[in-house]
Amino acid sequence: MIAVENNNVKSPVRKQKKERHIGSAVMRALVWIACIVTFAVLIFLIAYILVKGIPHIKPSLFALHYTSENASVVPALINTIIMVGLSLVIAVPIGIFSAIFLVEYTAKENKFIKLIRLTTETLSGIPSIIFGLFGMLFFVGFLNFGFSLLAGAFTMALMILPLIMRTTEEALRAVPDSYREASFGLGAGKLRTIFRVVLPTAVPGILAGIVLSIGRIVGETAALMYTAGTVAGVPSSVMGSGRTLALHMYVLSSEGLYMDQAYATAVILLALVIVINEISNAIAKRLQKV
Amino acid sequence: MKEKVMKGVFLAAACVSIAAVALICVFLFAGGFPAFQKIGVVKFLTGTMWKPNNDFYGILPMIEGSLYITGLAVLFGVPVGVLTAAFLVFYCPKPIYRPLKAATDLLAGIPSVVYGFFGMVVLVPIVRGWGKSLAKVTDISAGNGSCILTASLILGMMILPSIIGVTESSLRAVPTQYYEGSVALGATHERAIFRTVFPAASSGVWAGIVLGIGRAVGETMAVVMIAGNQTRLTSNIFKGIRTLTTNIVIEMGYATGLHRQALIATGVVLFIFVLIINIVLTILKERGKKVA
Repeated sequence: MIAVENNNVKSPVRKQKKERHIGSAVMRALVWIACIVTFAVLIFLIAYILVKGIPHIKPSLFALHYTSENASVVPALINTIIMVGLSLVIAVPIGIFSAIFLVEYTAKENKFIKLIRLTTETLSGIPSIIFGLFGMLFFVGFLNFGFSLLAGAFTMALMILPLIMRTTEEALRAVPDSYREASFGLGAGKLRTIFRVVLPTAVPGILAGIVLSIGRIVGETAALMYTAGTVAGVPSSVMGSGRTLALHMYVLSSEGLYMDQAYATAVILLALVIVINEISNAIAKRLQKV
Repeated sequence: MKEKVMKGVFLAAACVSIAAVALICVFLFAGGFPAFQKIGVVKFLTGTMWKPNNDFYGILPMIEGSLYITGLAVLFGVPVGVLTAAFLVFYCPKPIYRPLKAATDLLAGIPSVVYGFFGMVVLVPIVRGWGKSLAKVTDISAGNGSCILTASLILGMMILPSIIGVTESSLRAVPTQYYEGSVALGATHERAIFRTVFPAASSGVWAGIVLGIGRAVGETMAVVMIAGNQTRLTSNIFKGIRTLTTNIVIEMGYATGLHRQALIATGVVLFIFVLIINIVLTILKERGKKVA
């Protein structure tokens, strides 16, 4: 009697334990597999591009001018640098100033602040092709910039604005209030406190955001195609059209005539992105130490 | 005086993002409105033919393409991304955490042309092979490798960092007592994670998934290089298809008149899709905040 009862009680418990054990083992295996898949794919992508691309990095690739024989990347590199510089000049002051407004000049959340936050979030969620369309309609068409580096830079500035605003805001909020109080206590005005005390302390955080935005600009294609245009050379002024490195690579690979150069350009792009990421990480690490 | 001027400057800077969104809405809707008017909203959205030369402007194939590719990308990307996030939070040995985290950042930083290029030279031939061997045993007609499957595999890869990032931070936001309590009641490590911590972090996990959907719907350059870009309605994953985003990029270069307006209207449809996704995302984030 007792033995039977014991069996009745025990068996479901034992069964459940076993099931739980198997389920856990399966989940554990799945987690490991997922992680391995993620990083194996990344490593494969990088290794593939590097192995296939590095042999195609030749001196002719770095000829000063683009011709149909050499498909040089130099003009595209120069355009990329100009594009990064222009976009940052436009977006960084606006981004930092609006972050200052959000942190230093608003005590509590009101409707206006909510609207700013909502629009910033919206901006960061809009896909780049929509920015490209808007840039084409507004900067290229309405403001009559034509296909130009300047039109591209304004479009890119709008794209990176939310990123700069968010990182700057976080950096400003991380500055302890005692800094501000000490500065006020010594008789400094609000403006002086912001520019002499708060901003310098927040510099690493702001820099990390700027470096991230550089990465975004370097990698962007869809937003630049119909704003900066696809001319292969370096324009004589910012009102001229010129393609950046990423766009250059897209044109090369879609034409299909310069696959070797496309591989080489992919290597350069990847190298740039890796370096940019490393710099951003290094800054963030320093930030954590502080 | 100076203080007041600068306050005005800061205020003006803060208004730029509001102005930008307003301008984007105004110019997109104004640019696309004539197309809606001339073609008719219903005809534009439900038309199955896109032949600009004959004045047929129906974007149903592109809507299907965007939804199909995004759906499959989510199917591939979400399980891998969510489980990788779980790995980073609960399984990762300490010394390899930093490199892995840097790797996910890198995954996010790789330009979409490079993903597209990688898909073009590596994945397209592989998928072409799959299609051919499938065509031998079934009556599926295989395409040339630039197809729905290829595009969604690459997109699945591209949305990984968004999903991993958001899921990881929402998992970390769950108080450790949840996990400890669960283990104290006799749950295994996995049971505690997937039955206790995950439900507590669910709105964050969903936010990550929705963010991934937004990325996938909006991705253009990688898709244009590997999706084949034919305007057709198909359910065969080995066939090429065109999405809303790629429709704009492919034809905007030479479009004029109504064709151009129809392309801008395509952008408007895409924009509305994205706005809906953004609203869902905001709601999920708010809910996540309340729970925390």
